[in-house]
Amino acid sequence: MNAHPSIAEPIRPAEPALPEGLIAEPMVRFERLSKTYPAYRDKPAVEALKDVDFAIARGAITGVIGRSGAGKSSLVRLINGLEKPTTGRVIVDGRDISALRGQPLRLAQRSIGMIFQHFNLLSSRTAADNIALPLEVAGWSKADIRTRVAELLELVDIADKHDRYPSELSGGQKQRIGIARALATRPNVLLSDEATSALDPQTTRAILDLLANINRELGVTIILITHEMSVVRQLAKEVVVIDDGRVVERGHVADIFTHPKHATTQTFLAEVLGDAVPVSLASRLVQQPAPLGQAVIRVQVRGSHAGDTLVARLARELSVDVALLAARIDEIGGQPVGSLILGVPGGEAAARQTLAYLSQHQFAAERLGYVS
Amino acid sequence: MSPELINLIIQATGESLFMVSTAALVATSLGLPLGIFLATSRKGELFAAPSVNAILGVVVNATRSTPFIILVVAIIPFTRLVAGTSIGSGAAIVPLTVAATPFIARLVEAAIREVDGGLIETASSFGATPLQIVFKVLIPEALPGLVLALTLAVVSLLGYSAMVGAVGGGGLGDLGIRYGYQRFMPEMMLAVVVVLIALVQTVQTVGDHLARRLNRRLRHR
Repeated sequence: MNAHPSIAEPIRPAEPALPEGLIAEPMVRFERLSKTYPAYRDKPAVEALKDVDFAIARGAITGVIGRSGAGKSSLVRLINGLEKPTTGRVIVDGRDISALRGQPLRLAQRSIGMIFQHFNLLSSRTAADNIALPLEVAGWSKADIRTRVAELLELVDIADKHDRYPSELSGGQKQRIGIARALATRPNVLLSDEATSALDPQTTRAILDLLANINRELGVTIILITHEMSVVRQLAKEVVVIDDGRVVERGHVADIFTHPKHATTQTFLAEVLGDAVPVSLASRLVQQPAPLGQAVIRVQVRGSHAGDTLVARLARELSVDVALLAARIDEIGGQPVGSLILGVPGGEAAARQTLAYLSQHQFAAERLGYVS
Repeated sequence: MSPELINLIIQATGESLFMVSTAALVATSLGLPLGIFLATSRKGELFAAPSVNAILGVVVNATRSTPFIILVVAIIPFTRLVAGTSIGSGAAIVPLTVAATPFIARLVEAAIREVDGGLIETASSFGATPLQIVFKVLIPEALPGLVLALTLAVVSLLGYSAMVGAVGGGGLGDLGIRYGYQRFMPEMMLAVVVVLIALVQTVQTVGDHLARRLNRRLRHR
């Protein structure tokens, strides 16, 4: 495996193995699921999940995004059977995991790997022995464990850290061990619970690259639980937005984030893109038109390449010397998403004319103010 | 100091070591599982049994709050039942064990509770049984704390063992009281104290060293 993908190389999730139109049995299916934690002592009952009903595709990378307290953690704990739903069912790989107890549940859990925000490695075990733990639990022979652990260390590219204790490793290295441990029993699903939230951006990127490779080469379905839009954007193909225990939006990453409908989705998007107004510009903005000044207009670019030539078209078709004051365009799911900040000279009439042109061509635009 | 007196000290040291080590061994084999159970049996925990946990907690507290010298006397019938007699070093092991078991249990409970709950969840997530979690996660992770707990227990037992002279238990404490105090031999008292200090110091140093070696969290190469 290409263990060191270059930082610049874009990450592309694996395409589903099945041709379009052929619907495979989903890897995880939530059926009318709700989860309520009963009142305990002075704490009131908490409805963590309400009427959740959706499926997660096999072999894909799906992002589940929401604020803290939205119900993401409950969702992931229901998938691996650590918790039972209050009502409804969770079907994992064709099996109703919510109905399993005892040894059948433990056997099913071996085909569901999980990685954690704080890595959760045993400080008393070396890297290799940490990876060996789920295999020991599953009753593998010593020789088989040794072979498998060597393979896994190679897979996550830390073979040289074999004998190191977690206290001697960096966060990224610890998460690599976490990933190797999660994959040890050859699971079909890998649950990632905020796995990069404790890492710096560069390490995050490397870990996400590794997860993309694992998805592509091993075909493991990956479910990314996160509150970070950037993680979903980099890695996931499908996204599920959760707010206050409900699924508020879901679909292809590109569709959801180029046309966000729910307020939560919009704020997540704004977090990544910002409002694109540079500080120096914002400080000069006034609400009254200034003589010889420019009207400042923000244009949303959502998933079409029409924005590419917009400034030139405005100049040509309206004969306005439109200035490009600032721009922030990002790529989400292969589509450009962001905003352009335009300066329009020529007073109120030119500003109105420009806004009319923009709305006529299906651009969302707003006047932010004026600069002299 | 006459050779007879030196012999007395050597003999008393042997008695103390015998009482303390036997009591520590038995109390650990009872206190360790008890402590692990106390640490894992509250509501929602690995071996959840909240009512059993509460009852055991009361029993442990009751034993721990009884002054040792009163405990020694109070359980004489039980001592006689177990040891066949209530007098001598062998018999003294019974009250020492009874006192040390709940003490060790509480220390073990505290050490086990120090283990990050995320590790229990992690092990559960890949299908470990509760017993596998105890033996593969909780005990190894808590080991430095457990060693320190046992060190503390042995040091406390050395102190307790001085009191069992009251029921003819022998040992260093008894020697100090009878020769040092009642016969007013200050050099004997001094010798007993010095030997006790040396014993405590040795136990503590060995325990600390072992705990430090086991503690991977602090070890950097």
